[in-house]
Amino acid sequence: MKIKAIAFNTFKEAIRDRILYLLLFFAAVCIVFSRILALLTVGNKVKIIKDVGLASLSFFGVLMAILMGTGLVYKEIDKKTICTLLSKPVRRYQFILGKFFGLILTLFIMLSLMSLVFLGVVFFHTFSIPWEIMISVAFIFLEMCLITSVAILFSCFSTPILSSIFSLSFYLIGHFSWSLETILKKMKPGVGKTLVQILYTFLPDLENFNFKTEVVHHLSIPPQSYFYSTAYGIFYTGFVLLIAILIFKKRDFV
Amino acid sequence: METALKIADLHKSFQTGFIPKKKKILKGITLEVGKGEIFGYLGPNGAGKTTTLKCILGLIHPDKGEIEVWDHPYFSLKAKEKTGYLPENPYFYDYLTASEFLDFYSQLCPNLKPHNFKKINTLLKIVGLEEASHLQLRKFSRGMLQRVGLAQAILNDPSLVLLDEPLGGLDPIGRKEIRDIILRFKEEGKTVFLCSHIIQDIEMICDKVAILGNGQIINQGKLQDLISEKIQFTEVALSGVSPKELEELGEIYSIHRGRIFLKVFEEEKKRKIIQLVQSRKGTLHSLTPRTETLEDLFVGMVKQT
Repeated sequence: MKIKAIAFNTFKEAIRDRILYLLLFFAAVCIVFSRILALLTVGNKVKIIKDVGLASLSFFGVLMAILMGTGLVYKEIDKKTICTLLSKPVRRYQFILGKFFGLILTLFIMLSLMSLVFLGVVFFHTFSIPWEIMISVAFIFLEMCLITSVAILFSCFSTPILSSIFSLSFYLIGHFSWSLETILKKMKPGVGKTLVQILYTFLPDLENFNFKTEVVHHLSIPPQSYFYSTAYGIFYTGFVLLIAILIFKKRDFV
Repeated sequence: METALKIADLHKSFQTGFIPKKKKILKGITLEVGKGEIFGYLGPNGAGKTTTLKCILGLIHPDKGEIEVWDHPYFSLKAKEKTGYLPENPYFYDYLTASEFLDFYSQLCPNLKPHNFKKINTLLKIVGLEEASHLQLRKFSRGMLQRVGLAQAILNDPSLVLLDEPLGGLDPIGRKEIRDIILRFKEEGKTVFLCSHIIQDIEMICDKVAILGNGQIINQGKLQDLISEKIQFTEVALSGVSPKELEELGEIYSIHRGRIFLKVFEEEKKRKIIQLVQSRKGTLHSLTPRTETLEDLFVGMVKQT
């Protein structure tokens, strides 16, 4: 009940943020722009629309998660609204979870709106709705959930600008960490390999949520991949939220 | 007497600066607040009043010491259910209206029904904001925010209300109204812990007082025990007499528009001044005996620390 109340209040606060609509506008422009790109392309034009559209959803979705996530907790601490809120019979973990779910609800609605524009553009080109694309969108949402938890974690102890830089770094590292796996295969056993192995274990691998190529090119996806990626997303998000809660629990609100 | 709030040997320090340096804010605070009392927590700026309050609310973790609210540990939900808090310079979610804001907070209190707008309207009426219930908080003045802050503090009908500078920044009418609301809390049986550096307000409404200075309690007790009833001096206002003639009889502290204001410390000298005024055919405007005030006590004690 308390988490729900905080989540809905966070949602009310988040949808009033103008930056959200600015990003939504740019995402829509990018998705519509994919139609123009497709006109200039030789070959399968639908694939270009899907490719650019999904990339836009992913990029702007993550940008929304970072910009909103890093500001929300910090704003509460900075404006001291947290003092009266936590003076009520509310546990600190309920506050963090409320903020998280409120943001997730906002991002879900924003992603749905972006997907609607995207599906509309595809429909005008093919006169059919490729529902399989929604698999990729679902995993983009899972990635957004993880990035949101990371943004909230950083905003528990840092300013919005620094938190945004940290969260963006996490996103970039997450999309390039798969290359460590390639290095591991080529490395000889030893201290170096162990270190790289440890690094690879702890660094996020956000490519687990990337099903864009498979969906666009109609490649087969092993069913266990869905399970593995979903479990990875849920556990990683849960783990990051747990750290955020532990840090938040120790904080003094001066 | 039942104890509403018990604080024993409370210590708190903060790390400050680029190279962290420990700064002790609270150095062993011990106090007890009885049921139904208005307890004044008096201290200069930076003495540690807000830090103590935030420790009671669990917003700041104490380094050492014990805090109990109605015999429950301060961090427990039971303690929080019985506590209401008004912060200094209250700032709330400005995109919400007053009733939306109180409804949001009522959803955080397990003993309250959500969306109970009848209760919310009653609360807004108590604090004199019934006309502004559908106004966004961003459009509220400082005084109105203070009132809505008071409404949220008593939302869950707490038996202990913690108020941090509730009268700061208000105009005289606003201060009187808030003072009346606080006195109404007492009539309803609530215990009030009032942090302030405005001595007159504390003197007017508090039963017990603790004076805080440099992170320590310098003195505490019932107001009438702390302040002596003995007349310290008499303030005399007169005209038609030369100041030179008065030099040996009292301490002149002001001369304004022909009126001389002086402090007279002895009864005999007071009588001599009256005779002098009569003989010079002057006018005696006032004779006001002054007892020790809380301000005198406070200033004296804080200066000592």
